[in-house]
Amino acid sequence: MKNRFAHFWRSVKLPLLAFTLAILSGGLLIAFSDPKVIALWKSPGKLLSEGFLVAIKAYEALFQGSIFDMNLTHKRFINGFYPLSETFTVAAPLILTALSVTLAFRAGLFNIGAQGQFIFGAIGASYVGFHFSLPPVIHILAAIAFALVLSGLWGGLVGLLKARTGAHEVIVTIMLNYVASYFLLWLLSTTTFLRKGRQDPIAPEVQENAQLPRLAGDSFRVNFAIIIALLVAWGIAVLLKRTTWGFQFRAVGANTLAAKTAGMSVPFVMTSVMVICGALAGLGGAVQILGSEHALTAGAAGSFGFDAITVALLGRAQPVGTVLAAILFAALRAGGLTMQANTTTPIDIVLVIQALVVLFIAAPTLVRAVFRLKNVKTTSDMTAKGWNG
Amino acid sequence: MSVELRAITKTFGALVANDAISLRVEDGEIHAILGENGAGKSTLMNILYGLLQPDSGEISVDNKSVTINAPSDALAVGIGMVHQHFMLIPVFTVAENIVLGHEKTKSLGTLDLSQARAEIARISKEFNFDVDPDAVVETLPVGIQQRVEVIRALMYNAKVLILDEPTAVLTPQETDELLTVMKRLKSQGTSIIFITHKLREVQAVADRITIIRRGKVVGTALPSATQEELATQMVGRPVVLALNKKHPAPGRSLLAIKDLTVTDNRGVELVKNINLEVRAGEIVAVAGVQGNGQTELARAILNLEPHCRGEIQIDGENILGRSVSDAIHSGVAFVPESRELDGLISSFSISENLILDVFDKEPYGKKLAMFPSVVRSEAEKRIQEFDIRTQSVTDPVSSLSGGNKQKVVLARELSRPVKVVVASQPTRGLDVGSIEFVHERMIAERDAGRGVLLFSTELDEVFALADRIAVMYKGEIIDIVPATISRSDLGLLMAGVKQVKA
Amino acid sequence: MNLTPIQLRRRRGVFSMAILSLASLIGFGFLQKNTAPVTFRFVLEKEWVAIHEWTLDSRSGSYGFSAAALLISLWAFFQFRRDKKVHVQSALGGFSLLMAFMCWAASGKMIPFTGLLQGALLLSVPLIFGSMAGVLCERSGVINIAIEGQLLASAFAAGVVASLTKNTTWGLLVAPLAGALISLILATFAIKFSIDQVILGFVINVLVIGMTNFLYKKLLIPYQNTWNSGPILKPIEIPLLSKIPVLGPIFFSQTIIVYLMYAIVLAIHFSLFKTKWGLRTRAIGEHPTAADSVGISVNSLRFKNVIIAGLVAGIGGAYFTVGAVGAFGKEMTAGKGFIALAALIFGRWSPLGAVMAALLFGFADNLQGILSITGTPIPSEFMLMAPYIATIIAVTGFVGRVRAPAADGIPYSRESSH
Repeated sequence: MKNRFAHFWRSVKLPLLAFTLAILSGGLLIAFSDPKVIALWKSPGKLLSEGFLVAIKAYEALFQGSIFDMNLTHKRFINGFYPLSETFTVAAPLILTALSVTLAFRAGLFNIGAQGQFIFGAIGASYVGFHFSLPPVIHILAAIAFALVLSGLWGGLVGLLKARTGAHEVIVTIMLNYVASYFLLWLLSTTTFLRKGRQDPIAPEVQENAQLPRLAGDSFRVNFAIIIALLVAWGIAVLLKRTTWGFQFRAVGANTLAAKTAGMSVPFVMTSVMVICGALAGLGGAVQILGSEHALTAGAAGSFGFDAITVALLGRAQPVGTVLAAILFAALRAGGLTMQANTTTPIDIVLVIQALVVLFIAAPTLVRAVFRLKNVKTTSDMTAKGWNG
Repeated sequence: MSVELRAITKTFGALVANDAISLRVEDGEIHAILGENGAGKSTLMNILYGLLQPDSGEISVDNKSVTINAPSDALAVGIGMVHQHFMLIPVFTVAENIVLGHEKTKSLGTLDLSQARAEIARISKEFNFDVDPDAVVETLPVGIQQRVEVIRALMYNAKVLILDEPTAVLTPQETDELLTVMKRLKSQGTSIIFITHKLREVQAVADRITIIRRGKVVGTALPSATQEELATQMVGRPVVLALNKKHPAPGRSLLAIKDLTVTDNRGVELVKNINLEVRAGEIVAVAGVQGNGQTELARAILNLEPHCRGEIQIDGENILGRSVSDAIHSGVAFVPESRELDGLISSFSISENLILDVFDKEPYGKKLAMFPSVVRSEAEKRIQEFDIRTQSVTDPVSSLSGGNKQKVVLARELSRPVKVVVASQPTRGLDVGSIEFVHERMIAERDAGRGVLLFSTELDEVFALADRIAVMYKGEIIDIVPATISRSDLGLLMAGVKQVKA
Repeated sequence: MNLTPIQLRRRRGVFSMAILSLASLIGFGFLQKNTAPVTFRFVLEKEWVAIHEWTLDSRSGSYGFSAAALLISLWAFFQFRRDKKVHVQSALGGFSLLMAFMCWAASGKMIPFTGLLQGALLLSVPLIFGSMAGVLCERSGVINIAIEGQLLASAFAAGVVASLTKNTTWGLLVAPLAGALISLILATFAIKFSIDQVILGFVINVLVIGMTNFLYKKLLIPYQNTWNSGPILKPIEIPLLSKIPVLGPIFFSQTIIVYLMYAIVLAIHFSLFKTKWGLRTRAIGEHPTAADSVGISVNSLRFKNVIIAGLVAGIGGAYFTVGAVGAFGKEMTAGKGFIALAALIFGRWSPLGAVMAALLFGFADNLQGILSITGTPIPSEFMLMAPYIATIIAVTGFVGRVRAPAADGIPYSRESSH
């Protein structure tokens, strides 16, 4: 037991330290970009104390917005957990999308295309959701199924191109993301998708039968999506560890040539991995529409596809790590909104923190130098490969 | 110019590659450094050439201590090197490669290659090298590429020339030519450090021999020493140079290759219309200089080559054009040319590597499910049977030595139903102990009634194992000869010279 | 007959052109339902006038230009048979196809021809700077996905500094430094810490987007007058040259940034293939171990080149603010860095190739803009997709496999390569 704990501690130590370092750096940015603080530049003492206060206030608001807010408890104590509900609402699609990136990493692919796959999932779910009238449960299943098909095909295309022609998946997925975004814009200008009487790109609301049930009553947005996300994460962990498919995925990811020599079909593996990855991100898009948004808009995908990459990197391409990292970043996102509203600190600080965390994790040498540590597990999951590899 | 290395020590993690090595190369001598694969010869030379930094020790040139932090320092004091893996940019021309690092420029910093071209022509003429300065390197045969490296060293006025395993890629004839060039250079006053593990070559040209084993100097010798003496010092125990082998008793045809042609994706024929048969209970060796189509032929048997014509029968059944997995499960065991590249997955555990090609077969897996506990317990049996030295079967395979890695490959390939063993350079880079293990295992497979097709560029290995020898040259099998052929006749065949039989 | 890769590529190019010409003949000519006059206007402002405008029937135009493209394909085929280059033919054929397309798309409307090309060049400016930054990095063996970040950071820096100093020159001077700062992060993490460069570039982009968005909301919006109201560079007309019909307004009536671009492109192309620096740069991108073995300090040259790339990208970033609109806007580079990356790949990692691709992408972008105003038979979204789809087609090897420098993206260390 102690041994397992030590092992666990070793594997979370670096991410934790990196996160701390990123939060500190973010604090500096918040403090020293504040006009009130800048105005005090003549007296360094005041400058520091004021800067410290500004940063603490911002982070306090961030916490309030992501976990528990005392101000909301005057009617009912339980209302104070509204932010936590928000965190899990955001976390669900983020977990699924990040799992897409994680699975691809394990198969040696860098799936920058989660954004586009998310979009196609959202399109599929939205279309079935508003266009058809089906009984409860079945409507949800049908909407999700169509989302999986569309996004799976969109993702599979990448794997097929890579396996058949050697086209680098990074380049293909970057390009396909733009294609998907423009496709969505066009779709929302067609008579089928544009909501009647609207000029701005928004689709009709999905029917009630297609909406995912809420988990904690109507005053909290947290819904069934988070359960789906956790189940799928467990499924991916099993897939990787205890199935023949997972074995092939990992083998192709670790050494394509050896996998091929051992009789595995690399084109099949790459295509099926990318189909699954596409479907995972697409499921993220589907639950975003069916669970919280209820209507497809041009900005439906937000930055989920890109946040997913930083999440997967922070989670070190492990399903459990990915879930934890996704919840953490979801908390930052949810809290960021409150922070932006209550203090003058823009939510974009969250992006900065995200990027910094990943940078620090990728360079363990740097973190060790800052904290003067030895014995931090330094094997980087981000070993470099070239364009031709 | 004389060079002296004093107490050079270099470690990589826990591995001590060089352990207080001292040696002295006198002015104008050919000094051979003899040692097994992995003895630390290349590490030592990379230190002398500045590509690696020693942990401790010092280097002096003409009795003056020098610091060599980079190849430019080595070049500046007159040390040149011909690398085992050529240090040439494939897409550059010969002249561009040669001036790289020592460029002459005209106005605006533009390159001036005219002087280099003239120099290349002069040296090329002097040594009869026949090198075109404007040829693109990747289009040249390896023998010529090596000459480009020699020319480069000479142009930089190398007074000490390091040749790192220079004959590995050459035909016996090209090897002889190289040895002549070495003597010629010596007569002009160049000192040569000659790295090799081939006893015959050492005896042919060396003035003195330093023998290295496991990172240490274990002795010096003169070329007049016998091969047995040199081999014993190199390995640390008496080595049986000839294997104990029963007379072959070939049975039915297990592998029949008929009219096989392999092309690359541009349509260039790499293997041309080959016919070859391997019967049960015999070892057929495919001899030839590297790059004459052996790699492609071996891969074609496993259906790893995408563009093939012809037929490949395993025990009477054609498998060509079907999947790799079909070839494997029809009974082909395959030992690939490179363990690291396509034989093993270095980040996977030993037990996982042992099931790479049977992971979805019972008892390891069934349909979608896998059974990790069975994988593990079976792996325990394999490491016993094949004497794989490791702490645990869950260790990554990258933690093993080269010999143990090759044993993992053998354990995997020979532990399923096998009819034909296709082994590509199965002892490349191994120490003598592991080589012996692999050889014995090949003979055991033969004696158990399997057909063995061995691809080797090492003549010693071919003679030690083969019952019949097929010689490949430019993609064709130019002759199939009994193992009693003389070494020099085999050498001629490998160079494409087919004698008219009387 | 065994063809070399270059010959194969040429053959595929010639055949694709022939097929496209046929498709154009049928699609734009035969299937064009309603024909109407289409007008091309050639005069923009005060250049000397050769012809004012040219009006022709749209269907005849499509037929004519498609047929011309077909003939040019035939010519290219004969050139190929004689083993000669087909550059001129490709350019002419491509131009004819575009004209055939425009006749179809702008049927019954007016195309401001000179304005179209001038706008295309302007839209290509950041793409060209970005792709030059890519060339410098990737030819030395460092993948640069962070072009977007370099452009955005320098656009921000240029805009803010020009606004604070009320002086475009300061903005123009600071921008390259901002680009180089991003390069410094890229170089440090890629070369010193050997991190996967694709992931690294991606993370740098997130960082820059986060930083600029943050500062934009925190400072640039609330204090717009001081922080975000920068002046704009004025075009400099080159005497005589700017008066040449069509070409003058396009090439010689531009801001200093565009003239700098001409110089930088030529300098990079010349240096890469003709100088000592270029030979060494290509060597470390192809086979760093070999370069090291002849005394070239691989990592310091890589570091230097990545920093230079940042400087170059920085000027391109300045174009967004001081070169075009003055004020900085949130995420105003809008993926241009990725199109620059696409141009680099489409242009096969060669400077002039990348410029051609960037011009093509800029043209497509501007044509889309003009056609979306005049109204077209195809949705503008699909035209906006064009550069991305073109790039996918390029990397899938439809017109010959594009190959990156052999060591692109692989960190170099002596210990791991021996």
